[in-house]
Amino acid sequence: MKYIEPFRNGAIARKIARKITAETDPHRDYYLMEFCGGHTHAISRYGIPGLLPGNIHMIHGPGCPVCVLPMGRLENMIQLAQTPGCIVCSYGDMLRVPTAQGDNLLKQKARGADVRMIYSAADALQIAQQNPQQQVVFLAIGFETTTPPTAVVIRQAQMLGLTNFTVFCNHVLTPSAISHILQSPEIRELGLVRLDGFIGPAHVSTIIGSNPYAYFAEEFQKPVVIAGFEPLDVMQAILMLIRQLNTGRAEVENEFTRAVLPDGNIKAQRLVAEVFELRRSFEWRGLGAVPYSALRIKSRFAEFDAERRFALPVLSVPDHKACECGAILRGVKHPRDCSIFGTVCTPDNPLGSCMVSSEGACAAYYRYGRFREDDNDDVARTH
Amino acid sequence: MQKAGKRKPVYTRKLDFRHGRVEMAHGSGGRAMTQLVDQLFIAAFDNHYLRQMNDQACFPVGSGRMVMSTDCHVVTPLFFPGGDIGSLSVHGTVNDIVMSGARPLYLSAGFILEEGLPLADLKRIVESMAAAAQAIPVPVITGDTKVVEQGSGDGVFITTTGIGVVPDGVHISSERAKPGDKILVSGTIGDHGIAILLAREDFAFYGTLESDTAALHDLVAVMVQTAPDIHVLRDPTRGGIAAALNEIAHQSGVGMLLHEHCIPMKEQVGAVCEFLGFDPLYMANEGKLVAICAPQDADRLLDKIRTHPLGQNAAIIGEVIEDNHCFVQMETRFGGRRVVDWLSGDQLPRIC
Repeated sequence: MKYIEPFRNGAIARKIARKITAETDPHRDYYLMEFCGGHTHAISRYGIPGLLPGNIHMIHGPGCPVCVLPMGRLENMIQLAQTPGCIVCSYGDMLRVPTAQGDNLLKQKARGADVRMIYSAADALQIAQQNPQQQVVFLAIGFETTTPPTAVVIRQAQMLGLTNFTVFCNHVLTPSAISHILQSPEIRELGLVRLDGFIGPAHVSTIIGSNPYAYFAEEFQKPVVIAGFEPLDVMQAILMLIRQLNTGRAEVENEFTRAVLPDGNIKAQRLVAEVFELRRSFEWRGLGAVPYSALRIKSRFAEFDAERRFALPVLSVPDHKACECGAILRGVKHPRDCSIFGTVCTPDNPLGSCMVSSEGACAAYYRYGRFREDDNDDVARTH
Repeated sequence: MQKAGKRKPVYTRKLDFRHGRVEMAHGSGGRAMTQLVDQLFIAAFDNHYLRQMNDQACFPVGSGRMVMSTDCHVVTPLFFPGGDIGSLSVHGTVNDIVMSGARPLYLSAGFILEEGLPLADLKRIVESMAAAAQAIPVPVITGDTKVVEQGSGDGVFITTTGIGVVPDGVHISSERAKPGDKILVSGTIGDHGIAILLAREDFAFYGTLESDTAALHDLVAVMVQTAPDIHVLRDPTRGGIAAALNEIAHQSGVGMLLHEHCIPMKEQVGAVCEFLGFDPLYMANEGKLVAICAPQDADRLLDKIRTHPLGQNAAIIGEVIEDNHCFVQMETRFGGRRVVDWLSGDQLPRIC
């Protein structure tokens, strides 16, 4: 806690808040997107909106691993769970994401499927070693942060000569998603959504570094400030973005210098490059098909690819009609704008993926921010 | 539990508590069951109600209001730092009883044993349970044992039921929280939940943290003496103080405002939660209580709680406010404000 508490200091937060208030131009609005679910979570959990002036609007981006997983891939996971003799393993949040029929992996478990919640990819490998008679499938999801550990276990499985371990790879890439959002007609042509700048990912950037964001700053003239997941990191990044916007700059700045280097973690990047290759296109929930936005397992590791071993079909399943997750993930709508938010769709009974993970915009807003509904933001801000 | 007394034993060989295991026969009503009851349960819980060997315990009823509560105990692992399922099953029910301000009088115990459970483990659990009951003291006056086949249980499940009597003039109930009331907690939060987590082998964390499992009868007696008009008491077990306070807020039709910097928490608890992405507000406690009282009683009550061995880290953590939504809100240490919502499903670790 010694290295965390200093980044949660309330007195410093108020100092930065005063600076932000003093430096914002009261005659304009600032629309800032935090790409990562980790930031969304921090903003909600620490009540950051209450410290910001009313003309700064935080837009929650699509950086929540379970939120962007398309329904078709989820159906594939359910199929795997139903396969006799198969143990499926995944990270906690993944187990609760509902299919169109309201099914999920935990419900499959209750019906007898062998579904294991794991804390790291290495746990899945261990389960495979302990259960040689069964097929163990690791449902791998996540952005660049969780990809290197998956690469490690695939390599280890090959070295160990395991024949009962496969990975269902759903790893996706951050920069392509940001490009896709910036190129969307709503933002570029129609101007329906204003987006002035980005808070860049924390953990993802420790792997890929700060260089990949230079393209957005340059091409789209949007400032990017890479920030850590602690609340003071977020506050400081907002201040840095305001300063860039006020002076007409669009640069990549790094607030998270204690962990992010310009080139990132080269060793991790090499590992990923050894095991994975780009998919030509991958469907994202909310964003649709995004070119070169995801990874698949290279053919030299084909025996560990669940898609090949189980010949999983490519399914395209539309979202629930009333669910606005898609628009919310693109920043076009706020959770409040969704007609089923907090009524039909709640964390206890989520219909859309954004309501599942604590990093999802809807769940974060429902869990931490609902008191602002009637209060309106200004009342909350006086505290 | 079939009762047996000073009669000639129906068995010749002693139970092998060192190497023996629970068998289906221990629940089938025959000699093996009688032997288990005699040599383990009656030996451990010994009291005159049990010695009467009836299928029920007969006791006199005093005047006043009685309270009754039942609690099922399932925990993995059965033994954890600071306690085990045996002591937990006594503390859990006694605490539920005393949260009404009552004095606990009697307990009953039901055991569901899984075939194959080492008798040594069962003995350790029953003796721990008896020690916990005697320390209060509250006798276990009746009980029952069943055995299920291997694979149908998790070693042992224990259900305890308790009866107590509420002193005159005490009316503690969860619909009595009023705007302006103060919210107190008797010590650090999340100790039990995190101790159990650390005790599970699938976590590669190690720590010295112990469960806070304890009976709160004496603390409550002292509190009720100091401030008989305590409005609400609740032991924040499963779901932690977040669940307890949300329940009270709804039952009383009020809101609450907590101050994060006032909530006592051990550093280890904070660190483990941080690592796994858990929120300590939702972690279980087994030896803590939340009290809600009128503002004029709060400081006096807090001082008194702090003089008790089980309340040294007590604190006033917030106040009851008017709110039609019945939200529990918290002013974060950081200076912002957020809702402390009900828990949805189990707490799940974050991915990235």
